[in-house]
Amino acid sequence: MIETKTITWFPACLVKDMPENGGACVRYGDSQIALFHFTRRNEWYATQNECPHRRQMALSRGMIGTSGDVPKVACPFHKKTFSLATGECLSGDECSLKTYPVKVENGWVYIGIDDEDE
Amino acid sequence: MKLVVIGNGMVSYKFCEKLRAADPDRKFELVVFGEESRPAYDRVHLSSWFEGRAADDLLMADMEWYSANGITLHLSESISYVDPLNKTVSTHRGEQTSYDQLIIATGSSAFIPSVPGIEKEGVFIYRTIEDLEMISSWARRSRKAAVIGGGLLGLEAAKAMLDLGIEKTYVVEFAPRLMPRQIDQPGSFLLQSKLEALGLEIHTSKNTTAITGEREVDGLSFSDGSAISIDMLVISAGIKPRDELAKAAGLATGQRGGIVVNNQMQTSDPDIYAIGECALHEGMIYGLIAPGYEMADVLVKNLVAKMDGEEKLFSAPASFTGFDMSTKLKLIGVDVASFGDPFISGNGIKVIQYEDAIKGVYKRINLSADGKQLLGGILVGDATQYNMLLQTCKNKLVLPADPCDLILGARGGAEQSAAGLAGLPEDAMICSCENVSKAGICNAVTQQQCESIDAIKKCTKAGTGCGGCVPMIKDLLQYTMQSQGRYIRNIICEHFDYSRQEMFDLVKIHSLKSYDEVLDRFGKGDGCEICKPVVSSILASLWNEMILKKGNSTAQDSNDRFLANIQKGGTYSVVPRIPGGEITPDKLIVIGQIAKDFSLYTKITGGQRIDMFGAHLNDLPEIWGRLIAAGFESGHAYGKALRTVKSCVGSTWCRFGLHDSVSYAIRIEERYRGLRAPHKIKSAVSGCIRECAEAQSKDFGIIATEKGWNLYVCGNGGSKPQHALLLAQDLDSETCIKYIDRFLMFYIKTADPLTRTATWLNKMEGGIDYLRNVVVNDSLGMAEQWEMEMQVLVDSYACEWKEAIENPEIRKRFSHFINAPEEKDPTVKFEQLRDQKKAQEWK
Repeated sequence: MIETKTITWFPACLVKDMPENGGACVRYGDSQIALFHFTRRNEWYATQNECPHRRQMALSRGMIGTSGDVPKVACPFHKKTFSLATGECLSGDECSLKTYPVKVENGWVYIGIDDEDE
Repeated sequence: MKLVVIGNGMVSYKFCEKLRAADPDRKFELVVFGEESRPAYDRVHLSSWFEGRAADDLLMADMEWYSANGITLHLSESISYVDPLNKTVSTHRGEQTSYDQLIIATGSSAFIPSVPGIEKEGVFIYRTIEDLEMISSWARRSRKAAVIGGGLLGLEAAKAMLDLGIEKTYVVEFAPRLMPRQIDQPGSFLLQSKLEALGLEIHTSKNTTAITGEREVDGLSFSDGSAISIDMLVISAGIKPRDELAKAAGLATGQRGGIVVNNQMQTSDPDIYAIGECALHEGMIYGLIAPGYEMADVLVKNLVAKMDGEEKLFSAPASFTGFDMSTKLKLIGVDVASFGDPFISGNGIKVIQYEDAIKGVYKRINLSADGKQLLGGILVGDATQYNMLLQTCKNKLVLPADPCDLILGARGGAEQSAAGLAGLPEDAMICSCENVSKAGICNAVTQQQCESIDAIKKCTKAGTGCGGCVPMIKDLLQYTMQSQGRYIRNIICEHFDYSRQEMFDLVKIHSLKSYDEVLDRFGKGDGCEICKPVVSSILASLWNEMILKKGNSTAQDSNDRFLANIQKGGTYSVVPRIPGGEITPDKLIVIGQIAKDFSLYTKITGGQRIDMFGAHLNDLPEIWGRLIAAGFESGHAYGKALRTVKSCVGSTWCRFGLHDSVSYAIRIEERYRGLRAPHKIKSAVSGCIRECAEAQSKDFGIIATEKGWNLYVCGNGGSKPQHALLLAQDLDSETCIKYIDRFLMFYIKTADPLTRTATWLNKMEGGIDYLRNVVVNDSLGMAEQWEMEMQVLVDSYACEWKEAIENPEIRKRFSHFINAPEEKDPTVKFEQLRDQKKAQEWK
């Protein structure tokens, strides 16, 4: 069966407002999305802002980096790390992050929300 | 096949986990009944509940785990009847469930001695989280408590009394000494004196004859005619296997309790099994967690083999054949360990005993008559050699020429321990909780490319149970990598092939000023949460520039990035500097007013200042703006930097004071404020030898003498307290500061990341004598340069919060939502506590 998903792109912020090589939290309705600009790699990522370990709204404030070639974020609370690309926990836990697609157009950063997220 | 498990404790949980791992297709239907309201929790670490760990933190797994693994878990439902003929169990509500195979994992209950008065209010047992809740609420109005039982659990309970702030705690033991089953008399006496020094009052050889009091307990009387008065009593005098169901169902049970099982954990009914503390194996009840896990493992293997049928028919069934009861634990901060046969004697057995009454260490090893084999032993006060001794004993390793080396250690140095590891057989059990052998760990290193403890934990699960084997795993990791020619340098992380000390010199020589420059020049890849704070700290120690500038803000540790400590719930704490702990009434009022306006929780810290908790990220700039306007500055409580210089009131008021300790503390704190280092630095100044400022527990501490100041260094509180050592005596104020300059610069340049001065000194070859030579006698010829460099740092100090609020680019980062900068995080919730608020518990 082929599933079709409609992706809604919503404008999150201006590129120039984002910190370099770090994250910021974006409000989308009642939910919070952590947006990351990995300037060194010229990459953008978005994940849920809540760390699933202790359910704290903090991932956007975490340090980012790489493990091998996997881009990752470390939660400020207990330094659990998660892949920015897949959301998988890299610290041996079973929990994982929801990730969102990101695109940049005309100086704006857009985060893609599929209809299941609505 | 339908399995029903009665009981949901740690062993029951482990059984479920192992079964599902061995049965991915879920051929087994699994139904579990637990009588408590919570799913299985970590009873081994129960006393950590009193240290503030929430009940949910203790859970082995949450409800979702059970449902995700297709396990039906009934909580608050106890089984009242087992019918082996019809193969059903009935709950206390009378509901029946059928089974194909039944597993009894009912554990044990507290053994309650029959002493008159046992039913009085204020008498508790120490077994479940509910017990702890009742104990803790009763403790609020109690000043004196007694614990009956001086064994393992009893001492755990006594620790809980200390944690609850009970003023006077008695431990009452029937036997002539504490922990009679684990350690011998000299060890026991040493343990007792250590515990007494911690404030416990210990009574041995005491037979309690009555618990006195009207409705509530008010005392204990003993057979020797003596008595004590108490407000509460905790009974922890041993365990009693819960075998009532088995007995009623006609299964064989032991005379003194326990469900009789064979090596396959099978009871006298072939379709019923028992595991954990309720099982009686070869006349033995195992009250430790590791054997319980082992039983769960044996049972899983046999059930799976039974299910798979023919193909496995010819292989021998998995067997439980008894378990090594060697154990190492920390009782109220005192290491206690025993292994092999701790008490063996006679038949020419040779015993080596070592006792150091000053350090409070007792060690005993038992050797075979020919002196060639280690048979067992006891360690009290220092159990660092436990793992190696246990392995030597279990695997009958060849002993060193002088067996004393086994316990006196260090004299043979590193070669000794490596030789020990090489001598371990491949199947030597390293992690008994998860059943991982030496080969398992070495293979993880050689074949799975694990190069860190975390990687090994993830790959093999070793070290994830009680954690006692982690030091051994670390040694094995190093040893295996070395033997493969994989050079282990003390490097920072995968992005920098340098030690911190090398990085420090490189950054300095090349005058690099930002994390990206350093990474481009000397690193590879894109950095991570390990190297970023290390490099940022080096940059700050070298140049003392505002840490959030030059693109360095996201290379800071997350607390440094927001110049505040993140707290539970995602809010921050605010700690202004209060040098020497001296503050004017006006400034106190300012703090009070700010805390009121922003509704912050206030608390006096251990470092003589005031911490305000619960500040929203968005409010930080405004709070700091008001603090700075009132003359405060950053306290750097969020940084690896100088924290506080505590002081006693000194000669200005105190009738004993020799010098003005407050003025000197203020001078020192203002000199080194904002100084970033490999780890936090704490200091204190005492005005006389009564030492009210506790200077000897600090990284550097100063105590007034008749002639000047004594300077102590490398002390530490925290999890491993260590007294500071005297570096120099009777110094004048200027020389004392010079020495501190040199000491701090030496530390900043050479310590590994996140290493406190105490650990740094412990690793230093030559120890305090070498350090004294460097600092006082200038043996490296660096003194003048270090003093100069320190002066540069002192002169370039600026309050980073002041800069942060004045710089609009930096200031705008202090908002929660980038697309709604005015809005605070709506998920932040507080709970009421006494007259203030506290963070909402972890969800």
